Amino acid sequence: MTVMTKGKITDVQELKNVAKKIRVNILHMLTQAGSGHTGGSLSAADVAVAIYFSKMNFNPDNPKWEGRDRFILSKGHAAPLLYAIMAEAGYFPMETINNLRKIESPLQGHPCCKHIPGIEVSTGSLGQGLSVANGMALGLRLDNNPARVYCIMGDGEIQEGQIWEAAMTAAHYKIDNLCAVVDNNELQIDGPVEEVMGIQPVHDKWEAFGWHVISIDGHDMEEILRALGEAEGVKGKPTIIIANTTKGKGVSFFEDKVEYHGIAPSQEEFDKAVKEIHNG
Amino acid sequence: MAEVQSTEHRTQNTDKSQAEKRKPEATRDAYGKTLLELGKKRPDVVVLDADLSGSTKTIKFAKEFPERFFNMGIAEQDMIGTAAGLALAGKVPFASTFAVFETGRAWDQIRLTVCYSNTNVKLVATHSGITVGEDGASHQALEDIALMRTLPNMTVIVPADAAETESVINTIVDQKGPVYVRLGRAKVPYVMPDDYKFTPGKAFVFHIGKDVNIVAAGITVDMAREAAGILSKEGIDAGVINMSTIKPLDEETLLSAAKSSGFIVTAEEHSVIGGLGGAVCEFLAENYPVPVKRIGVQDSFGCSGRPAELLKLHGITAENIVETIKKALKK
Repeated sequence: MTVMTKGKITDVQELKNVAKKIRVNILHMLTQAGSGHTGGSLSAADVAVAIYFSKMNFNPDNPKWEGRDRFILSKGHAAPLLYAIMAEAGYFPMETINNLRKIESPLQGHPCCKHIPGIEVSTGSLGQGLSVANGMALGLRLDNNPARVYCIMGDGEIQEGQIWEAAMTAAHYKIDNLCAVVDNNELQIDGPVEEVMGIQPVHDKWEAFGWHVISIDGHDMEEILRALGEAEGVKGKPTIIIANTTKGKGVSFFEDKVEYHGIAPSQEEFDKAVKEIHNG
Repeated sequence: MAEVQSTEHRTQNTDKSQAEKRKPEATRDAYGKTLLELGKKRPDVVVLDADLSGSTKTIKFAKEFPERFFNMGIAEQDMIGTAAGLALAGKVPFASTFAVFETGRAWDQIRLTVCYSNTNVKLVATHSGITVGEDGASHQALEDIALMRTLPNMTVIVPADAAETESVINTIVDQKGPVYVRLGRAKVPYVMPDDYKFTPGKAFVFHIGKDVNIVAAGITVDMAREAAGILSKEGIDAGVINMSTIKPLDEETLLSAAKSSGFIVTAEEHSVIGGLGGAVCEFLAENYPVPVKRIGVQDSFGCSGRPAELLKLHGITAENIVETIKKALKK
């Protein structure tokens, strides 16, 4: 079997530094693009960095390597996060991130697997990633392939009915090579999730659907690593991590601001934001 | 044209066909049998169903290969997404339910995770069209061809009989990418020649007519042949084409038919909007404009009734094909 070319990072401080770099690159991409989803890209950054750089086996030189762990960004609007991570991991040259959302760029507004081989499936229409993750996990299990599947969803996204269909499926088929994450930043485009269409108690709901549920501070790297480790040990049922996060995390003037769901930073905001991230 | 046979000659030949001596069989039954045989040969074939395995006939596969069968419950959207995931893990998933639920209920899932992601998913839907019968309009898919045909990367196939269904299933298992196959509930007569083998994108020509050519798919192929037989007795040379692949359309065959007769009739168990008739008109309007009459459901929903009664009600019969052609030729 091919061996992954990137070494895994286990040091917490090092992971935090990677997360800072990813945040800066997310904001750079969005500023260059002039549009895109700032808040939800930043809120899920710490969990996504931990999954990619501390847990997943993958090989950017051979993106279809059978032994790779799979990652699905079900909340496809956080594409800048995925692209920043994949650039950092070496899937494509770093300068590609200058072309987010531009004509004929591989970096489409929402992840497209046709353009970037390391993207497992195209997402963007919400609620669909978990079903695909289930299918992949079932396929891997049929082949006795020990690879694992990760899937990040938004908290607003779980208003989609298909998520709960997939929640039933994962429990019914005892899919334990899957670890799902809800990026619980409590905001969606139209306002606070609880005002638009309440999803609480989200922990209890997943538990009632037969999942092993771990609720954590989604910005505490140590807690994230602990949760991901715990998920690997759970057998006979799927695991979900409810990552309690802050929308726009890392930049004070974006944090918890519903309007930054779908707005890119100005150049001035970008410059200020980078300083904050580096000092934070 | 050189290959044009007289209709008399054609009728004599096909009367001797072994296929036509076989008892009518539903295309869904052929699907169930073929899938089971495929399961024995192909360990990468997996099957998904949404609580209708007894009706879609995937139950045969399910009983023999329970570890490769996934009943998804009444959850079509999740079924499609899961099928896409299985395809991405290297399997060849066949996902089945009734056509109305498969294509309507899960259209966005098919669009995003099957077509846009170009995954190797085979969507094989049964209970298409009005021959669903007594269950009524809620269960009669009359828009599924239109819904599937509009999606990039999708191949759309409507087999005419049980033998063609078997050939289609055995072919698409090796065709990379999304495929939609439209099957029916009701028994249909065998119409294809004994030695026929399905080729994607290739229509089967029974006969190219000089006065009119009837382009049919699915259950209307048999009706078209019956209509052509009646018309030939009245001196009208009507050709019959089985356009079993509706996307990509066999443009070459369609063009030669249009050139031969200058008049085309389409017949389908589907809305005349967006289906076979729509596809034929789109091509001809841009490439070789000739008059076209579209036989099918005329922008309405179905209703409860026996399949034969419903077909008559909507004019999807050999008689109506004959009448439509005679009326048009008189003008």
